[in-house]
Amino acid sequence: MIAGKQTVDDALFVETAEGPALLGSRCTDCAAYTFPRQGGCPRCTGSSMREVPLSRTGTLWSWTVQGFRPKTPYTGTEAYEPYGVAYVELPGQLIVEARLVQTDPQQLEIGMPVELTLTPFRDDESGRPVHTFAFVGVAA
Amino acid sequence: MSEVAIVGIGMHRFGRADGVSGRAQAVHAAREALRDSGLRFSDMQFGFGGSHSAGDADTLVSELGLTGLPFINVANGCATGGSALIAADAAIRSGQHDVGIVIGFDKHARGAFNTDPAEHGIGAWYGETGLMVTTQFFGMKIQRYLHDHDLGPGVLATIAEKSFRNGARNPMAWRRKEIDAAEIAAAPMISDPLTQYMYCSPGEGAVALVLCRADRAHTYTRHPVFLQGAAFRSRRYGSFEVFSPWLATDRADSPTVEASAAAFAAAGIAPSEVDVAQIQDTESGAELMHMAETGLCAHGEQEELITSGATAIEGRLPVNTDGGCIANGEPIGASGLRQVYENVLQLRGDAGEHQVPGDPRVGFTHVYGAPGISACTVLTR
Repeated sequence: MIAGKQTVDDALFVETAEGPALLGSRCTDCAAYTFPRQGGCPRCTGSSMREVPLSRTGTLWSWTVQGFRPKTPYTGTEAYEPYGVAYVELPGQLIVEARLVQTDPQQLEIGMPVELTLTPFRDDESGRPVHTFAFVGVAA
Repeated sequence: MSEVAIVGIGMHRFGRADGVSGRAQAVHAAREALRDSGLRFSDMQFGFGGSHSAGDADTLVSELGLTGLPFINVANGCATGGSALIAADAAIRSGQHDVGIVIGFDKHARGAFNTDPAEHGIGAWYGETGLMVTTQFFGMKIQRYLHDHDLGPGVLATIAEKSFRNGARNPMAWRRKEIDAAEIAAAPMISDPLTQYMYCSPGEGAVALVLCRADRAHTYTRHPVFLQGAAFRSRRYGSFEVFSPWLATDRADSPTVEASAAAFAAAGIAPSEVDVAQIQDTESGAELMHMAETGLCAHGEQEELITSGATAIEGRLPVNTDGGCIANGEPIGASGLRQVYENVLQLRGDAGEHQVPGDPRVGFTHVYGAPGISACTVLTR
């Protein structure tokens, strides 16, 4: 449970004072970030990575809208609902791929400020919502 | 060191071949390539080949002949064919072997590719939440590219229109019906800004090539094509590739930039000398980006080249003259070798209705695959 919600994989998240954040890793040698956490540094090829909460805010780096219900291994709701997909730049850290709450292309623009949120994407066997991470546009 | 020549080409028509296995298509292509070179399978000293979904290439020997030759399976995603060719090039160039065969084939189910995240070292959450979809990556990559280079999305439909026009002139293509740009632009949106007709589909097909030491080429064929340069690269830190849950904020060139530069350097030929090019067009945005990443033009120059007709068969830089992946579909294992097959036809002057005019002399191929690998060749007659 993260922020009182069931998630697709609790290991992706960490609770912070500002709310749930993505849990990444940072190289103690060259300061490169990764998401999710990993043991080896993709930049300097070292292996001293430390866990670190990632920024909860960033800007939209690129986006698209998923136009059909994907096949397996997708497990989202049976009734297809279009969802936005983005790469979000977390300044000074990395660019993370995530779902977007907005799905209307008219509402999406590269460079717009966005904030992390948890969004339900399917129900579990007892009908309770399972959440994943997403970004939502916010006022600049 | 021996130079390398292509002396035989064979293909099983791309598209859907109900009731014909991928392996049977591969055997057909291999026999065609052997016949084209005037050689028998017993003359082959090595084989490299691969398929993503239709079986192990080395087992084709049960049909082609149990001769004891070393036959290595290659599996490099959409760059499987290009990788097999590079391995064959090295086997001959090093002096290890004089003549051998490469075979690429596939047979995929209908609909978009789906992949298990675990095969890519990614957690199950990535697939479960709907992020492991290749069509999304292409949408986001071209969205960012259009933004960075101030290009309009309209050109994407013009590219696909050309692909279908070229495919209509190619008897081996899957899609042989012209579709105009307005209809392509109005088709259902798959992943903004790319519509259904801008994407290629998984399909079926097979291609085989017989290669030999260049100094022996004329004993097998009157029209050898020489493999002047062949290079392969994987992604670097900072490049933007498919199946990436995150990217670095530092930007680096894609593997295509380095593979292409290395192939041209090995050939001693400049991109400006290319007479006909086959480049990876999983969707029309890929053709746009790869035109610049391969060095065939500058970033931002593509829109003018495409809308002016420069990349058409009769233009000064013909691109994807057989209709590319968009008209041929993508049998993963065969796709990169289809490009070489097409260039050999073009350089021999045997491409019929889709022949580039003016006696082309230099051909270029580029194949790109997940999760960020690229293989390029430079061919001359």
